[in-house]
Amino acid sequence: MELEQAEILEHREVAPGYRRLVLAAPAIAGRAGPGQFVHLRVGEGPHPLLRRPLSVAGRRGEALTLLYRVVGEGTALLATRRPGERLDLLGPLGRGFTFIDGREPLLVAGGAGVAPLLFLAAEARAAGRKPLVLLGVATAAEVVGEDELAALGIPLEVSTDDGSRGRRGPVTDLLAGRLEGKAIYACGPAAMVRRLKELAPGVPGQVSLEAAMACGVGACRGCACRTAGGYRMVCADGPVFDLGEVVFDE
Amino acid sequence: MSRLAVELAGIRLQNPVLAASGTFGYGREYAGLVPPARLGAVITKGTSLEPWPGNPPPRTVETAAGMLNSIGLENPGLNHLVEEDLPWLAGQGATVIVNVVGRTIEEYVAVAEVLDRHRGVSGLELNISCPNVDKGGLAFGAAPETAYALVRAVRKRTRLPLLVKLSPNVTDLVRIAQRVREAGADGLSAVNTLVGMAIDLERRRPVLGNVTGGLSGPAIKPVALAAVWRLYQVGLPILGLGGIATWSDAAEFLLAGATAIAVGTATFARPRAMLEIVEGLEGYLACQGIANVSELVGRAHG
Repeated sequence: MELEQAEILEHREVAPGYRRLVLAAPAIAGRAGPGQFVHLRVGEGPHPLLRRPLSVAGRRGEALTLLYRVVGEGTALLATRRPGERLDLLGPLGRGFTFIDGREPLLVAGGAGVAPLLFLAAEARAAGRKPLVLLGVATAAEVVGEDELAALGIPLEVSTDDGSRGRRGPVTDLLAGRLEGKAIYACGPAAMVRRLKELAPGVPGQVSLEAAMACGVGACRGCACRTAGGYRMVCADGPVFDLGEVVFDE
Repeated sequence: MSRLAVELAGIRLQNPVLAASGTFGYGREYAGLVPPARLGAVITKGTSLEPWPGNPPPRTVETAAGMLNSIGLENPGLNHLVEEDLPWLAGQGATVIVNVVGRTIEEYVAVAEVLDRHRGVSGLELNISCPNVDKGGLAFGAAPETAYALVRAVRKRTRLPLLVKLSPNVTDLVRIAQRVREAGADGLSAVNTLVGMAIDLERRRPVLGNVTGGLSGPAIKPVALAAVWRLYQVGLPILGLGGIATWSDAAEFLLAGATAIAVGTATFARPRAMLEIVEGLEGYLACQGIANVSELVGRAHG
């Protein structure tokens, strides 16, 4: 865990509401693995008070790439920060994905949940595996990461809510016939993950969860999620959990 | 003797900046960034006789210059503290105050008795002010006589310095503090979080799984400062806390009557906030030509 004042190298909108943020963060980039996150301050003052947890979407040398969606006050303020400015970054935090041997990676992403999976896909490719990425978004314009995946020769299948690209419907509709011999790595809305558990009961897998966080390091016990073994902390026990152990109550 | 060395309720501290209970775990979580030996003391996560699971999520939500939490005193219990955390903290050279919670007087007493025999513990902080549990916490701290009964029972079974952590959500804070003093407490921690809530407009339901939570952060600093100011008349040493984020906040609490201060929520935003406050206070004392920080305590009262 490092605390780093990271210079913004690049920060731009890559799809409506989605932004890519590239930071010079040598200490953190050197140690970050797929599924881990950074906890960053979006501003300088006492409001917004808390850091924002963002998944690492990739790294190249000393540069760390984040991909996020503007969803509230914190991310809206973050969106105003410009190249050359510095961001206060804590990381890398949490437990990331681990490859399940003997099975090819099937990556299932919903919306901004694609961020950690882009990093995982690149690492899988570098390790000689053959990942397939399934991405569900609201509309065709929200497909992000396509160029990076294509450059690495990683296939991408898309579903959209409005049918403007790929199959119309949830990303889990793309699973049929694709589960044999695979291990699932997922990140997306709770409804997506719940459906995934229903459709792929015997398939080994891991899921990255999201939660509002205060400390980000396991100290405050604030980001509890339900698992078969009781409450666990998204920040320190996760954010990546075994798909089989997470419990949804609604 | 260093400018910053103080004694709080019989506990010797190398500086007056402590980690507030519940915000610093058992010290290990932040060890890479904040060596616990550099703090005045680490006040541990509230510790109960048996492990407690805590409240249903969501447990935190950000508010204007603050946050609400409804953790519900999740903790791994006394045995874990004694077997894992206290030895680690001792190895780090940290001064340790254990925050004690319970559902009944007997549970508080049982924890205090075990820790009384433990060399790695410099003092206890009785939590009678947590707003997030039905039994224990604020159930004891809301009225003078229940607070008295609890502190009296614990006092009989331990010789350790005893701080009692108070809630600002009471009718007569000074009266409660006076009864706590009469029960044999050595000091007061003031204040715990304020009860608050937030509502989710999409779901049209309370945000927090436990409906209400405790408000902390810069938003509550003036409230906490006023509490310390009023408690100064009680005559017990005070550990001041509530919204302290900078050395100047800390200095205000000392001037209002706190012997030492604790930092909580600020650590989430700036993990090294406590170390920065230690340095800032040192610089302030040097600038003002003050030989020891204790000379500031209560000076704003004239």
